Amino acid sequence: MEHRDDIGAKLGMWVFIFTEILLFGGLFLVYAIMRLSYSNEFHQAAHHLNAFIGTINTIVLLVSSATVAMSITAVQKGNNKLAVLLLFITLICAAVFMVNKYFEWGHKIHIGLYPGSDLMVSLSHGQVMFFSLYYFMTGLHMFHLVVGGIILTIVMIKVQTGTINASRYVLLENGGLYWHLVDLIWIFLFPLLYLIT
Amino acid sequence: MTEEKTHHPEPSYLVDTGKYKGLMAWLTSTDHKRIGLMYMYAMMVFFAVGVLLGMIMRIELFFPGQQFYGPQMYNGIFTIHGIIMIFTVVIPGLAAVFGNFSMPIMIGAKDVAFPRLNLFSFYLYVLGAAIALASQFMGNGPPDTGWTFYAPYSIQTHTNVVAAVFGAFVLGFSSILTGLNFIVTMHRMRAPGMTFFKMPLFPWSLYATAWIQVLATPIVGITLLMIIAERWLRIGFFDPSLGGDPVLYQHLFWIYSHPAVYIMILPAMGVITEIIPTFSQKKVFGYRAIAISSLAIALVGYFVWAHHMYTSGMSATARWIFSLLTFLVAVPSAIKVFNWVATMYKGSISVKPPFLFALGFIFLFMIGGMTGLSLGALATNIHVHDTAYVVAHFHYIVFGGVGFAFFAAIYYWYPKMYGRMYNFKMANWSFVFLFSGFNLLYFPQFIIGIMGMPRRYFDYLPQFTFGHQLSFFGGVLLVIGFVIMLITLFSKKGAKAPDNPWGGRTFEWRIPSPPPLENFDIMPEMGENEQPYDYK
Repeated sequence: MEHRDDIGAKLGMWVFIFTEILLFGGLFLVYAIMRLSYSNEFHQAAHHLNAFIGTINTIVLLVSSATVAMSITAVQKGNNKLAVLLLFITLICAAVFMVNKYFEWGHKIHIGLYPGSDLMVSLSHGQVMFFSLYYFMTGLHMFHLVVGGIILTIVMIKVQTGTINASRYVLLENGGLYWHLVDLIWIFLFPLLYLIT
Repeated sequence: MTEEKTHHPEPSYLVDTGKYKGLMAWLTSTDHKRIGLMYMYAMMVFFAVGVLLGMIMRIELFFPGQQFYGPQMYNGIFTIHGIIMIFTVVIPGLAAVFGNFSMPIMIGAKDVAFPRLNLFSFYLYVLGAAIALASQFMGNGPPDTGWTFYAPYSIQTHTNVVAAVFGAFVLGFSSILTGLNFIVTMHRMRAPGMTFFKMPLFPWSLYATAWIQVLATPIVGITLLMIIAERWLRIGFFDPSLGGDPVLYQHLFWIYSHPAVYIMILPAMGVITEIIPTFSQKKVFGYRAIAISSLAIALVGYFVWAHHMYTSGMSATARWIFSLLTFLVAVPSAIKVFNWVATMYKGSISVKPPFLFALGFIFLFMIGGMTGLSLGALATNIHVHDTAYVVAHFHYIVFGGVGFAFFAAIYYWYPKMYGRMYNFKMANWSFVFLFSGFNLLYFPQFIIGIMGMPRRYFDYLPQFTFGHQLSFFGGVLLVIGFVIMLITLFSKKGAKAPDNPWGGRTFEWRIPSPPPLENFDIMPEMGENEQPYDYK
């Protein structure tokens, strides 16, 4: 008999998500301490972030989370075709997010705002700290987004081939859980970096 | 528990049955028992390296002033001694070796919940250890920061800090995945009828440990990444000359690294809790108190980290709160010691090598714990902070505690692992040397520490000479003890071990020695009125 434990697999994913939250938790702690020490500089530096792109990206990620959730329901109802389509939309959203980030980072690097640049060195400590945290936190988040994208691509192929189906879809659920985590972290990053000015 | 007389139709896990033979069969095995043994062999190698580095330090400290090498090399040696011993030996330690080997059997499972992930954790461990070791030979010389990588020095030094830090990060990831695996295993794979409060106490201690691994390790992970980012990009999270906060680094570091002490010691306590009832042939005293105290240690242990930082300039309020919490965390540890002693009371004790080492553990752990309290008290801490007293204290815990529990566990489960017994007389001699050598090595450090000998110093005042020389001779005795132990265990094949050489009651003693690949011919169950330690 094949050994299979879907609840166990999901439990494992949840535990892993706890570790991810604590990984970012350390960064949020540093952010909080630094915001306390340099509240004025953080306030000024945050004006340089493009809240419009940030908002677009937030909407894009929220939509992608919704499509992942819908794809799970689709597989449960036996509609693998629809599930593949929904997962594909999710991946498109991920790509849109990355493209937006590319332009956002690209613009900043273009005007010389990156760690170690001449412009950065001339800024006050607090502003340097803000931009450093900005790059570090959104960079680590992007890394998770890429990992999540790879997971969802594998999942999509498995839905396509029918390895994931109405009677076994725990891998899709776990991929979805991970994707929601990526989304959730952004939901915290967005106001902390873009909106509090 | 139902008594199942097993015959031997299945080959043992030591026999290669898969498509590979020999070494490859081990390296590709997802069997929890083989992975446990692979961790053990790797750790023995790293431990030997760590001991060697320790002895090289002791030789240099035999007389004041420079003998064989200079201060920069001394800094490198104590740093790598710390990194190897902490990150590759005692943190994975008992959980990775005996948690893997024994825990699934003790709860009546065929393997851990995610066997392939388990093998992956092992390879991450090997990779992380290799990177940490390589940091010694690459770049601008071995790191000289101490294993704590305190900022801002770890940002400013030109030595090869990044590789060492990255090695520690990879090792942390391995530790997280092992913890995750154990949590799911214990939640989902216990034998029918084995409720959480009927689970043996070694798995209980691993359960508490696993939660610390999962919830504390990410903090140090991100901190180490920040160190790397700071060195590469001059970001300045922690370097005050760039506007950073070095005390913040200490907080982040100890938020993990203090709970890490409980990652080390909790499985050790769990092993002792198995050995004492077996060799006393008596039901463990206060089963629930021991189980819950493991969780209590894990929980309270989270909130004591800043007792490493009393002299860092924290507020007085923070200091007394952390001091209070430090005293609180001693309570569940003391409950365990009380229960071990009470278990022995009126038991029919047979003093075999595992029991001897367990007694050694209790004695050394008591000294380590008590001196920990004097360090947790604010006034005395200011006096002995960063002295040899601290060195002696934590070696009594991580070596006298974790190390002796490790030796006890090897002697306890060795017959199950290999299906062979060993020479008790030789094993007892190894105890005599290890125990006396250990005390001779570290007890003088308490005394010279109080007299004012700082830790991590290459040179010292003449009045500390005698203490350092005693320590050197203690180190020699210790090394002799290790050699005797290795000869006892691995030099020649002993007599064939029976299934249950010690009269234990937990599941692993009801299956053949060594166990078959899938552990149980008939999956065990636990009856309504059975308890894990039903001794007469």
